[in-house]
Amino acid sequence: MSCCGGDIIADRSLENAEAISLAGKNADLLSYGHGQDGGLLCYVFSSPFIHCGSCIAIIEKELAKEARIKSVRVNLTLKRISLVVDPKLPPIEIVQKLEQLGYPAMPLDAEKGEESAHGKEAAKLLRALAVAGFAAMNVMLLSVSNWSGADGTTRDFFHLVSALIAIPAVAYSGQVFFRSAFLALSKRHLNMDVPISLAVILAVAMSLYETLTHGSEAYFDAAVSLLFFLLIGRYLDQMMRERARNAVSGLTRLAARGANIILPSGKLEYRPLDEIRVGDLIRLVPGDRVPVDSKIVSGESDFDLSLVNGESDPAVLKEGASLLAGTRNLTSTIDIKTTQTSEKSFLAEVSRMLDAAENGRGNYVRIADRLARIYAPAVHLLALAAFIIWMVVTNGDWHTSLYVAISVLIITCPCALGLAVPVVHVIGAGKLFESGILMKDGCALERLAEIDHVLLDKTGTLTTGIPQIVRASELSDKVAGLARSLAGHSSHPSSKAIQAYLLPGSEFKIGRTVEIAGKGIEATYNGKKICLGRPDWVDEIAGRKSKPAFSGDIAFAIEGERAAHFTLLEKLRDDAFQTVRAIEAFGLPIEILSGDNQAKVTLIAEELKLDKVHFAQKPADKIARIETLKQAGKFPLMVGDGLNDAPSLAAGHASMAPASASDIGRQAADFVFTRNDLEAIPHAIQIARKARRLIKQNFGLALAYNAIAVPLAMGGMISPLFAAIAMSTSSLVVIGNSLRLRANMKNWSRTTQVNPKPLSRLETA
Amino acid sequence: MNILIILIPIAIGLGLLGLVAFLWSLQAGQYEDLDGAAARILNDDEELPK
Repeated sequence: MSCCGGDIIADRSLENAEAISLAGKNADLLSYGHGQDGGLLCYVFSSPFIHCGSCIAIIEKELAKEARIKSVRVNLTLKRISLVVDPKLPPIEIVQKLEQLGYPAMPLDAEKGEESAHGKEAAKLLRALAVAGFAAMNVMLLSVSNWSGADGTTRDFFHLVSALIAIPAVAYSGQVFFRSAFLALSKRHLNMDVPISLAVILAVAMSLYETLTHGSEAYFDAAVSLLFFLLIGRYLDQMMRERARNAVSGLTRLAARGANIILPSGKLEYRPLDEIRVGDLIRLVPGDRVPVDSKIVSGESDFDLSLVNGESDPAVLKEGASLLAGTRNLTSTIDIKTTQTSEKSFLAEVSRMLDAAENGRGNYVRIADRLARIYAPAVHLLALAAFIIWMVVTNGDWHTSLYVAISVLIITCPCALGLAVPVVHVIGAGKLFESGILMKDGCALERLAEIDHVLLDKTGTLTTGIPQIVRASELSDKVAGLARSLAGHSSHPSSKAIQAYLLPGSEFKIGRTVEIAGKGIEATYNGKKICLGRPDWVDEIAGRKSKPAFSGDIAFAIEGERAAHFTLLEKLRDDAFQTVRAIEAFGLPIEILSGDNQAKVTLIAEELKLDKVHFAQKPADKIARIETLKQAGKFPLMVGDGLNDAPSLAAGHASMAPASASDIGRQAADFVFTRNDLEAIPHAIQIARKARRLIKQNFGLALAYNAIAVPLAMGGMISPLFAAIAMSTSSLVVIGNSLRLRANMKNWSRTTQVNPKPLSRLETA
Repeated sequence: MNILIILIPIAIGLGLLGLVAFLWSLQAGQYEDLDGAAARILNDDEELPK
């Protein structure tokens, strides 16, 4: 197979279509490889199906057999495979090999982009944490000696050593907080990092002064252990986000991001998306998505519009019809002419709406920041008040007054508050992760707890989006086998349904298959025509003598024999009914927002006993509905999967998408559930609500601690020993309380087995 | 108390040694695949000397 479609001539047969689409994917994969010393290429693939030690052994051993693969290394934690290969090896062969082994993989851009930037951020935090931990331990040891009664020169010496350890450690590890505090101050608002930074810097400065003037009280231990605790919170937060990001990017399906352009010479050439110009002719093979808005020039085919407008029935379009980017070609190879560049395409319009909607959500203020708005000024005012009162009481002894003011700042440093939120979020994310729900960041959990309205998409969300056979004629083994073989040649959803319905039996060798757009697919077997498609068309070929038992949505027949009919229905997910009832039990009203037509939507709504239904909704209509709800003071949760849902997913107060959603939909959603059932929705809401309750309790505990400590600090009765004990205890109490999120909750993932549907990676989606 | 002049540097030196060892292991990528390392030990390596 060649690496570009150059030698594929203008033949529209199905066999050729496969070669074209593989060549396109190969060209796309090549763009992920990056050069290494000695002219070798390095690739990184992500495969969510790697889960155990034997996966490592299988992948590494099997791939090492290929001589052109120089090295393979599997990372089990990140579920990634790193390869160094000879540039002569077409990367599509690696992907195909992995798929054969049972590990469908998708390429990752290892060198550039966000991935590595976030990785560096985590490593930086970990280094800061290590330094703070080292400093905290050693300074604490010296402090313990001081508290046990060291005095005179020994105490001064210990203080000096502590200073030498603490000052560089604070300068290095505290940067995260100092930078964030500085940013907040330069934007003229306060966040939690402002009192944190102030307390740490002042504690160190005052202790240094005490050390140099042979004073007795130094707070070096408090300053570094404070940083240590807070960095733990930060690191956990970063880890959680990274894990979710890895998991979500692992779900992206391998899809060619370019298209095969027909050159004037009649040859094909694969071009990336941004090099496609208006007026270019594109060869679109079955399974491909339309890359940019186009018109059909020649050919006729069935198109899957479900991701674009939510309609579940494929549409038959022919010459002259317009196609929106994102539409999927199902049955035959066609030629299209582009009418827009990628920046002006439907997809680009969707992403613009998405950005606009996301900006709106940017106004959301995290609970911790909301608290900081009150807490930070209050703390600073208290310290100032302490200073003034002591100045008055002691008749201008500024040294004592300043000392008291600083100890107020140190004791109120929101150490427990800094842990109150991230610890709960990390535990919540872990809990959700066990149940197959990926959370993008902690803020999403807070928003999900607030929702009071649920909006559900139909196609792909309430239903599986794939039609299923609910009734079929009686079939002989031969007919079933032939129907199955024939269906295997088409990517039409009906054919897929037939394949899924008829169990694999003996294979039949059938002749060359021809797709007849809008009708079906036909081939020859033993000199007789066999066909699968629209019932009226199939009945004609079958011969009118024998009437079928009932009339279905799709039929199969051997020429001259009785036709076999099948009835298809877009099926609800198995637990859709229970899920809807469970959500209602939370007291949340449900609405269906679907792009599909009235008849289909009402049918589903009746089955689910839901009365609020919106049908034929365009992306803008869905956003409008969400905005109306928001304006009425509601907090809607949006659950959807399509391209058409993506902007509304971003607009919703919180949003969820199934793993089968479009890539853009998954990017836009706060939560992605990798399970086939919808129980994830009430489960996530339940965890979010419990997490919110725990966060509030944590705040309560932290504030209660302050209520005791602040009067003591203002009275000047705080010693470094008291500060060290009080701060550590309050942090531990908060962590302990957060851990309760793990307990007392039915372990849901055990009752229903997590069963992610294997996504066929090579299928263009 | 003079013994402290020797003991304190030793104590801190040991602590620093630990810190440096941790930073080195971080740099060397030992924390990049924690689950993998646990699983790999169970995989039989074919090139084992007999």
